[in-house]
Amino acid sequence: MQTIDMATTALRDLNATLQAQAEATNQTAWEIVNPKGSHAIAVGLDAPIEVTVKGSTGYYCAGMNKQATITVNGSVGPGVAENMMSGTVIIDGDASQYAGATGHGGTLIIKGNASSRCGISMKGIDIIVHGNVGHMSAFMAQSGNLVVCGDAGDALGDSIYEARLFVRGSVKSLGADCIEKEMRPEHIALLADLLERGGCDAKPEEFKRYGSARQLYNFNIDNAY
Amino acid sequence: MCGIVGLFLKDRSLEPQLGSMLTDMLITMTDRGPDSAGIAIYGEENPNISKLTVQSDTPDQDFATLEADLGAALGSPVHLRRKDTHAVLHIPRGQLTAARTALGTVNPNIRVMSSGDTVEIYKEVGLPKDVAERFDLRSMSGTHGIGHTRMATESMVTTMGAHPFNTGPDQCLVHNGSLSNHNRLRRKLQREGIHIETENDTEVGAAYLTWRMQNGATLGEALESSLNDLDGFFTFLVGTKDGFGVVRDPIACKPAVMAETDQYVAFGSEYRALVSLPGIEDARVWEPEPATVYFWSHDHTSTPTEKAA
Repeated sequence: MQTIDMATTALRDLNATLQAQAEATNQTAWEIVNPKGSHAIAVGLDAPIEVTVKGSTGYYCAGMNKQATITVNGSVGPGVAENMMSGTVIIDGDASQYAGATGHGGTLIIKGNASSRCGISMKGIDIIVHGNVGHMSAFMAQSGNLVVCGDAGDALGDSIYEARLFVRGSVKSLGADCIEKEMRPEHIALLADLLERGGCDAKPEEFKRYGSARQLYNFNIDNAY
Repeated sequence: MCGIVGLFLKDRSLEPQLGSMLTDMLITMTDRGPDSAGIAIYGEENPNISKLTVQSDTPDQDFATLEADLGAALGSPVHLRRKDTHAVLHIPRGQLTAARTALGTVNPNIRVMSSGDTVEIYKEVGLPKDVAERFDLRSMSGTHGIGHTRMATESMVTTMGAHPFNTGPDQCLVHNGSLSNHNRLRRKLQREGIHIETENDTEVGAAYLTWRMQNGATLGEALESSLNDLDGFFTFLVGTKDGFGVVRDPIACKPAVMAETDQYVAFGSEYRALVSLPGIEDARVWEPEPATVYFWSHDHTSTPTEKAA
């Protein structure tokens, strides 16, 4: 286990060290102490290493992640795991706005609540939230899965394309062109796997599925250029 | 982008450290707003006096005889305590309005930063650490306070464009965001007779609250109606004599983090601003909901979900 103390190590040095880890590195376990809400911790990683941040972070933690497993023992500010490509990001506390925004792949697990715009423009990432999500979550979501074990705020899935949204609790309102959809056996199976990966003890049968009605302007071929 | 901080003490033993704690929070928010900074601090109440905090660009000249001149105009003793470009005038309780009026005649160059029984507002152009040093903010004690670091978007970088803005006796406002209907609203408020000095959007927001309260609204009601009447982005933190309130616009893209322990309630634009507070590791930390008015006060035991009005 390597420990990096942010009280004595500059952010750029921390990220450069983690980014320099080769795919076959022997130094697979890293611990970051004294994050004190700093921004852009553990961003741009591209190796199958495990990084644990001991405390809460600011903006853009674990952004652009590939392969790495990053765990935050605290809460995170806006834009956690933004544009993640692969790997896993686990937040023990809450996440601020636009968690997992534009994520292409990998898994983001938030054990507390996520605030507004969770999964905005998600493009293949799986996001599993143990608590609630705020308004405009999965706005313009294109692909991937958003699982919410609690409640969802206003305008869930506004202008959604093809992502699947699973919500166990209430949905304050659905956004434009987002509708409730039937839970077929393949969705139950998919959700069971997501819940297991996310460490949730919820049952897939307790969830409702939401997705695109495909009625907006962009779904009409006559509007194509 | 701007930075906002606020600290409301529940534990009276922390009061001597309020200025120092708020200053640390303010300086941490420097990269959100390096061009100006300001702070409103609520000190101990003296039942016999009220306070006017005033500012001058030529303080040596303007403050030299102010104490005597204003005292003579009021026919009562006035005490002046100067801090850099600002001065706090102690006015006999009950004569605050008369003193403000008299000040316009005594010296129209002098600008009022705040008026009330306990509030003092200090704000200037410059890095937050320099502003804090000029006014010796660290040495100040008090029950609660709010602060602001400014990155100007809507108007000039001037003292009068800095926050907090005084909205009424012992009330003030700081703002992170930008209002988009401030020009039309300014014209409307000016027609209603509200004095607005600058091209600043937040001053219009502050004037709007003042106007609503002059027409009978409570601060809570004024904040609730601001959600309908103000267009644009805002996270507002308002200081009152006995506490502070928070409201965010319905989109809520301007950040806000709150922390509460048995000793205090704290607000920061970012969690970074809160990390030096005692016991923050075990504090309850959360993000205030959009379009919801929150208040904390010394008068009664409030809960963070309490809505005003």
